[in-house]
Amino acid sequence: MTGGHTLRGTMVPHHRPWPRQVLDRYDQPALPAFLAASDAELFDLWADAGVVHAALRDPASGAFAVASVPCPKGRFASIAAVRPGAIRLERAIRDLFGYEPVGSADARPWLDHGRWPQAAPLGGEPGGERMEQASETPDGPPPYPFLPVEGDGLHQIPVGPVHAGIIEPGHFRFHASGETVVRLEARLGYVHRGIEGLLAGTDLARAARLIGRVSGDSTVAYAYAFARAAEAATGTEPPPRAVWLRALMAEMERLANHLGDIGAICNDAAFALMHAHTGILRERMLQAAEAAFGHRLMMDRIVPGGTAGDLDAAGIQAIRDAAAEIGKRFPGLVRLYDQTASLQDRTVSTGIVRPDYVALYAAGGFVGRASGRSFDARRDAPYPPYDRLRFDVPVRRDGDVNARVWIRIREVEQSLQLIEQILAGLPRGQHRTELGPSSGEGVGLVEGFRGDVMVWLRIGADQRVERCRPRDPSWFQWPLLETAIEGNIVADFPLCNKSFNCSYAGHDL
Amino acid sequence: MRRLLWQALRRPVTLPRPAASESALAELAESVDLAAKRRLGRSLSIRQVDAGSCNGCELEIHALNNAVYDLERYGVRFVASPRHADVLLVTGPVTTAMREALERTWTATPEPKWVVAAGDCAAGGGLFADSYAVAGGVADVVPVDLHIGGCPPTPTQLLRGLLALLEATPDNVRTRK
Repeated sequence: MTGGHTLRGTMVPHHRPWPRQVLDRYDQPALPAFLAASDAELFDLWADAGVVHAALRDPASGAFAVASVPCPKGRFASIAAVRPGAIRLERAIRDLFGYEPVGSADARPWLDHGRWPQAAPLGGEPGGERMEQASETPDGPPPYPFLPVEGDGLHQIPVGPVHAGIIEPGHFRFHASGETVVRLEARLGYVHRGIEGLLAGTDLARAARLIGRVSGDSTVAYAYAFARAAEAATGTEPPPRAVWLRALMAEMERLANHLGDIGAICNDAAFALMHAHTGILRERMLQAAEAAFGHRLMMDRIVPGGTAGDLDAAGIQAIRDAAAEIGKRFPGLVRLYDQTASLQDRTVSTGIVRPDYVALYAAGGFVGRASGRSFDARRDAPYPPYDRLRFDVPVRRDGDVNARVWIRIREVEQSLQLIEQILAGLPRGQHRTELGPSSGEGVGLVEGFRGDVMVWLRIGADQRVERCRPRDPSWFQWPLLETAIEGNIVADFPLCNKSFNCSYAGHDL
Repeated sequence: MRRLLWQALRRPVTLPRPAASESALAELAESVDLAAKRRLGRSLSIRQVDAGSCNGCELEIHALNNAVYDLERYGVRFVASPRHADVLLVTGPVTTAMREALERTWTATPEPKWVVAAGDCAAGGGLFADSYAVAGGVADVVPVDLHIGGCPPTPTQLLRGLLALLEATPDNVRTRK
């Protein structure tokens, strides 16, 4: 892949659009060695029957590939030492499949809280009852050892899983010296619904509905990525109109979420007026989505083979009107943000994420782009119709809360322009086609509002899902939140957290 | 510029009040206690608990607070602690990892209290009902007084259900029937 370093293995047929190769068995430690010597980015790491797959990207050429590592006796060589973004992915593989990452940096469970009826539920071992010592004791589930912090005058602040606001569940353990955060450690997995288990063996229609509920705020992005994966696996070409309608929904979703986030960040800095204004604009976009597509969040509207419904003239007008209103009102809000000193005082230089961390974790979305990593799947892993649309990918290097707000502001402006272009260029014709009957493996990578959403899929001969893996961008963003808060005061955590807006449900699956 | 921003809000954006949901009133007929209503008057404090949702329900619950739905005009507000709450508004299929947290939140809520299960998942687990990681619907873990359906329920659907809770006394439920 990268000059001088190669991975030897057997190419797998019918894996689209990226190549996949199974590494030679004796070559097993080749993957960590390869990664140590190259700057290949890790896009996902997930398990399958008897094998672990790694999705990789060469940043120099932009080429993607999947490397599959056989797991003899349920063991594989850990890559977390060279790609720290893999730490939690490897812990999740151990929890779900029981495969042991040899040389792993962290032996603790991650998604498994010791409350499932069986250990390694996807491991496929018949009668895989949870072992006695790991199961729930009369005193409750096994304790979870947080990373130790030592020093004078340190205190712990446990927060969650039930929080003070309307927010998803997760646990945050702060170690603070006075008001200053010395270490934050997140514990997630509370919203684990076992989606990968539910997907296996199901038909594509039900799988699409499940995928659309991995993370509700990104339901369009997930359905989009799944549809592209299913079409790649079966060699199906969706009709041009469907392709453009999908991009339209994706931009509407991005717009609504960014508007909500910009206001919510300001609200956490005690500036509620911005929240009131952006709340109205967000609502306008959701109402337009309902008028145009029959659902405010556009859930279940993208399906393998196209879109569930068409868009009529009234729907187009509703979207045009909402976009025009946002386009008229938004510049005033941007000035308000830029010129309110009390707000800037909270956001500038707060919660800085270092550019080298973002590069090391291959963090996507506004978290990556606010800290210098210029990756946007719409441009860098291009898919139609974005290869025919004009847009900029904003990038900053300051990496603070303010930078993440500005990336969102610029993306709102870009999405408004994209919506205009899409409505102007929307092709005529059918909006859905039948999927081809063939089986195979496919990948879909799309840019959601939060970052790149990836779905890997294997379809069997009976047109059922054999294995499906949805990957949320939050996997590579959550760990960076822990670095961003370090040295900040506890009271700035909500601001830092909101500026990341990582997904709990998408990560926990 | 500031004046310009205020002008944007001068035109009312708030939707008119929807009617209370009839089906919700019917479901509440058995669970609302008249004495409790007298003590609470016409206000409700809500603690929201995400017990495993995809976050879709939370987005729409958030929207209740925007200027368009403006939930607080009805005397209904979201509070930060179950200790301050009359109502637990619970979303999601209850995951096995959230079961204890939900039970504890329910125990921490003072009587009289109601539980509203919002969204199709909360009603019985939805698409996730068969998972090893899901304990079931909200009613499988704590007693539920009212279900609000939808995936996710729209702000209007949520509002109609919550208004039913405000208006439901045994008397008026009977007269409406």
